[in-house]
Amino acid sequence: MNETKYETHEHDVLIIGAGGAGLRAAIEALAQGAKVAVVSKSLLGKAHTVMAEGGIAAAMSNVDKADNWKTHFRDTMRGGKFLNNWRMAQLHAQEAPERVRELEQWGALFDRTSDGDIMQRAFGGHTFKRLCHVGDRTGLEMIRTLQDRGVQLGFDVFMECTIIRLLTEGNRVVGAFGYWREQGRFVVLKAKAVVIATGGIGKAWRVTSNSWEYTGDGMTLAYDAGAALQDMEFVQFHPTGMVWPPGVQGLLVTEAVRGEGGLLRNKNGERFMEKYDPKRMELSTRDVVARSIYTEVREGRGSPHGGAFLDISHKPAEYVKQKLPSMYHQFKELADVDITKEPMEVGPTCHYVMGGIRVEAETAESTLPGLFAAGEAAAGLHGANRLGGNSLSDLLVFGRRAGLSAAALAAKSQPGKIDPAQVAEAEKAMLAPFERGDGENPYALHRDLQEVMGNLVGIFRLEEDLAKALAELEKLKQRYTKVRVEGSRIFNPGWHLARDLHSMLTTSEAVTRSAIARKESRGAHSRIDHPDFDDRWGKQNNVISRDGNNMKLTQVPVKEMPEELKQILAEDK
Amino acid sequence: MAEAVLEVFRGNKDGGSPVQYTVPITPGMVVLDALHHIQGHQAPDLAVRWNCKAGKCGSCSAEVNGRPRLTCKTRMDSLPADKPITVAPMKSFPVIKDLVTDVSWNYRVNKKIPPFTPKPGVPWKMYQEDVDRVQEFRKCIECFLCQNVCHVVRDHDKKEEFGGPRFFVRVASLEMHPLDGESRTALLKNELGIGYCNITKCCTEVCPEDIHITDNAIIPLKERVVDEFYDPVLKLVRMIRKAPAR
Repeated sequence: MNETKYETHEHDVLIIGAGGAGLRAAIEALAQGAKVAVVSKSLLGKAHTVMAEGGIAAAMSNVDKADNWKTHFRDTMRGGKFLNNWRMAQLHAQEAPERVRELEQWGALFDRTSDGDIMQRAFGGHTFKRLCHVGDRTGLEMIRTLQDRGVQLGFDVFMECTIIRLLTEGNRVVGAFGYWREQGRFVVLKAKAVVIATGGIGKAWRVTSNSWEYTGDGMTLAYDAGAALQDMEFVQFHPTGMVWPPGVQGLLVTEAVRGEGGLLRNKNGERFMEKYDPKRMELSTRDVVARSIYTEVREGRGSPHGGAFLDISHKPAEYVKQKLPSMYHQFKELADVDITKEPMEVGPTCHYVMGGIRVEAETAESTLPGLFAAGEAAAGLHGANRLGGNSLSDLLVFGRRAGLSAAALAAKSQPGKIDPAQVAEAEKAMLAPFERGDGENPYALHRDLQEVMGNLVGIFRLEEDLAKALAELEKLKQRYTKVRVEGSRIFNPGWHLARDLHSMLTTSEAVTRSAIARKESRGAHSRIDHPDFDDRWGKQNNVISRDGNNMKLTQVPVKEMPEELKQILAEDK
Repeated sequence: MAEAVLEVFRGNKDGGSPVQYTVPITPGMVVLDALHHIQGHQAPDLAVRWNCKAGKCGSCSAEVNGRPRLTCKTRMDSLPADKPITVAPMKSFPVIKDLVTDVSWNYRVNKKIPPFTPKPGVPWKMYQEDVDRVQEFRKCIECFLCQNVCHVVRDHDKKEEFGGPRFFVRVASLEMHPLDGESRTALLKNELGIGYCNITKCCTEVCPEDIHITDNAIIPLKERVVDEFYDPVLKLVRMIRKAPAR
């Protein structure tokens, strides 16, 4: 390859994504002495992690003394309907408290108990008060802490840079090819190990709590390079997004509102959760609450704008403002609702994907040598449904593990060779939309994709809808080959979106194919035509991989759980 | 359907001019919605930064009708309907394209600040009343509107000698952390040029997080600098002890 043609950088470890998982991975790789690069599509510190509100789940037992890792493990497995990678769930429950203490030692300031410890709050599906938090802006505290730590330890940051292809030598990942969003110039990033921490896929749905970045890039990069994806049918719809006004539809209303005592009612004033989960009520798991709200609305008992009422106004106004300050401001400024006096209107919004890149529990390594994944981009920990608060702890526990293993691999590896043909191919595909005289507007294509996924691959699913979605996706893929962009390569959002569409179409297809295959209802995957659990499916993961230009779907049995973990699950508390 | 007219700056580092767009108004619409509508239907290459669209990430800063704002929190119905709404990039930073500016200076300033450094052997206990005031500073979403509006940056372009309100807030969050053992007063005086601030409170006024930047961060920090470097009694004590001021 003509090395001078592209700006080229060389690192031991390349981390794609600068949210909680990517930054935690970077910190760990740096601590191991590796030279580390972090690439992010946005400016540093703007990643989706800042939107996490409620808290970090960790069995610190600061508030409820009886809590311990075993209970956290059991809650996580139950919430995930036992499809979780049990080893990940075990490591996560065991290591989360230490990861939280580390944040504090790096300068994070959590809300405090009267004993001077980190405060913990109740959340859906957690037996004990377990979520370490800072009001309702926990994610911001976490990202700022990690960002400052990483800057101090000295990583190289590539801000507003998008990776468009992983580069491989034989069966090993040796770097990545991308472009600077600002000037549109290409860049080659060589690395001995690559960590993907790019988050989720929610931007393929119209009603979503996710930002523009959530287009499934990392999963698609991994898939394109030959790695396997897993459990893609499990897409979490958060029960409480805003429903009004239209511009904020889908915007997250933190589960902390219910954690702090918020009540859900329908238009008749009934606390309808009594019908669906009388024991846990509002603090049932997200899959159950989302379906319950959806059902209330469908059966004509919804609020004026098609949601449910969520009410915290019975709590003292000052308490609400202190514990839920951003919710207070969000509703006051964007919806003209004072949540200390009146109820909010809320409804389900696409929020999180439990599926992602298939990884080894201990090392976070994917099925492709040299490639690791952590956070939402990776699959396994959450099984069929994620508990609130388990995402931030996931980022910390498995971000660290990914950084550790990537640095270890880099330390014993030689730099690989970059294949100029792979670079040339990626560059050509990236520039093609400029060369088409006539063609599809990427924004129009995106809107149509969102309609398909929202209407046909939503909370409740039906075989014929899913089959129709697959046919529609095929048409969209055809239209995508004709996508055209206007303007120059300098900071051109239409061009950026054109690239992101490739990722969204790929991950949407993976979700739809997996959803068709799983003929049962489990966690976030609800099939109207197969409404019950099927024990055979409870022991299978759907695994997606690339076979030429086709998507291949296979079922892989879940590993047998060791006896001591089975015993933990069998205990009743 | 009701419509609004926006005049959005289009251009790059070499210059540019406002371009008029008409968009349909929906209830509760914010300026960022209008910009997205323009991107989606009229100008796909309109450069805008945004992420969360919920006032939590601080990406979508711009000057709306001349006032520095987060466009995701600026309601269209809060602006006069009888004239076009102007949307321009933050004036204090070089334009890259349209509403996107080069804010890299802020990241360079941040690197100068020594991180949280716990006092040795400290017990990890803190009480809510001790962290309350620091938590106010930790609310900062780094939208850089305070940096943009500060006249030391905006009118006098003292970027090389001055840290700006955002980083005084950051230093305050470290200096007032109950367990921090580092001193950053010399940095404040010398490299961050806190003396340039003459407490006009413009930063506080534009802060979307309602952080009392001037009263709670800058003034207490100025007092620390004065105590350490300009207090005549302490100066005398130091001279006697021959302990050089840091």
